[in-house]
Amino acid sequence: MKLLTLNFLTCARRACKSSADAFPLHPRDVELEIVEAEPNPSFLSNILPRLEWPALVTLCAELGLPGLPGEAPEVAELTAGEDGKGGKLAEDLHRLLLETTVKEGALVCGSCGHEYRVKEGIANFLLPSHLV
Amino acid sequence: MSRPEDHLPPDLFYNDAESRKYTTSSRIQHIQSSMTHRALSLLSLSSPSLILDIGCGSGLSGSILSSVAPEDGGPHVWIGLDISESMLGVALEREVEGDLFLADAGQGVPFRPGTFDAAISISAVQWLCNAESSEESAQGRLTRFFNGLYASLRRGGRAVCQFYPRNEEQKRMVSSAAIRAGFGAGLLEDDPGTKSAKTYLVLTVGGGELAGDITGVVEGLDDVDVVDGRRGGGKVKRGERKGGKAWIIRKKEQMERKGKVVKPNSKYTGRKRKIAF
Ligand SMILES: C[S@@+](CC[C@H](N)C(=O)[O-])C[C@H]1O[C@@H](n2cnc3c(N)ncnc32)[C@H](O)[C@@H]1O
Ligand SMILES: [Zn+2]
Repeated sequence: MKLLTLNFLTCARRACKSSADAFPLHPRDVELEIVEAEPNPSFLSNILPRLEWPALVTLCAELGLPGLPGEAPEVAELTAGEDGKGGKLAEDLHRLLLETTVKEGALVCGSCGHEYRVKEGIANFLLPSHLV
Repeated sequence: MSRPEDHLPPDLFYNDAESRKYTTSSRIQHIQSSMTHRALSLLSLSSPSLILDIGCGSGLSGSILSSVAPEDGGPHVWIGLDISESMLGVALEREVEGDLFLADAGQGVPFRPGTFDAAISISAVQWLCNAESSEESAQGRLTRFFNGLYASLRRGGRAVCQFYPRNEEQKRMVSSAAIRAGFGAGLLEDDPGTKSAKTYLVLTVGGGELAGDITGVVEGLDDVDVVDGRRGGGKVKRGERKGGKAWIIRKKEQMERKGKVVKPNSKYTGRKRKIAF
């Protein structure tokens, strides 16, 4: 699962719908894997304004990844530079959001404590019926 | 036609053997591919988007989203949900590019509001019309699904669900659940009344820059001749059925002569279809 996806994923329980702690989910004992992907600069520009930047900063800290700037970059910065390709910023975001993946481990809800297992990159979001 | 959802829940029906058989059948690959392309054209996305694929299975539909060329507004990034571990297992083997979740769409859509630009679901929603246990109803599952889907789409976003309704009643049940969730909804049918009839539920979320109401979607269709539709009037030539292919092409020529921009004819031009609501 791409780290991009983790920036949108919430706890599935209805009881957590209105809880601010149900997002972002917190990684527990995760193994990361880099899966190379073609750069997709227009996609990055499209998605950047929709990212919950503070959640991304928290995630990087929890995963021990190099720190991000505290403020979200502007979309224009992604097309800056002589070649219009946004240089290191675009490269770093591509690597972080689209190539860094959670391969094994769990994601934990900060509100109810439910643990979602991840195996071979696939997260199990099936809830037992009493938790739906 | 025998309906597998009458006999088994989806995670049992799509076991290892069936998932493999499904994914390697060239007949199925072909049908799923053409329906996915049809759904994509109804979404009319002009730039690389984040798309939810509900009931993504082994990724036959999703792979098509990943392979849309830049000149056609792609490639898109997708996230797939499916209730069958075996189907997802085949998707893993095929090394699809989308992220995969083992999840029951009838339990909701676990993403924060406004996550997706668009959503597709190819041949899955009829499965939601069955309650999988005595504790829940089909109605409740459809409601949770469409409410969750609605919230997870950004304003101005769209969803297209191709599904196999059992009958008119089920079509109504599905589309009214979508409408109650807040969607603008239209049902579009390709080749109705034939063996290859296909039903697409086209859903829009109001707001944003895209026309959110269903008339906007209809205008955006690359194969619906908006010029003739609702205004009526005009003469029907002998040998032509009003609204038929020949009639549409003649009308288009008339409009073109008047200097109006008309959609190019395609294999869908004048095909039988129905848009309800
Ligand atoms: C006919 S397959 C279509 C797969 C894929 N969309 C394609 O075009 O090849 C239907 C899929 O819907 C999935 N499905 C059925 N009920 C579901 C549910 N409640 N939640 C998620 N997926 C479901 C099945 O497991 C199956 O993989
Ligand atoms: Zn929770």
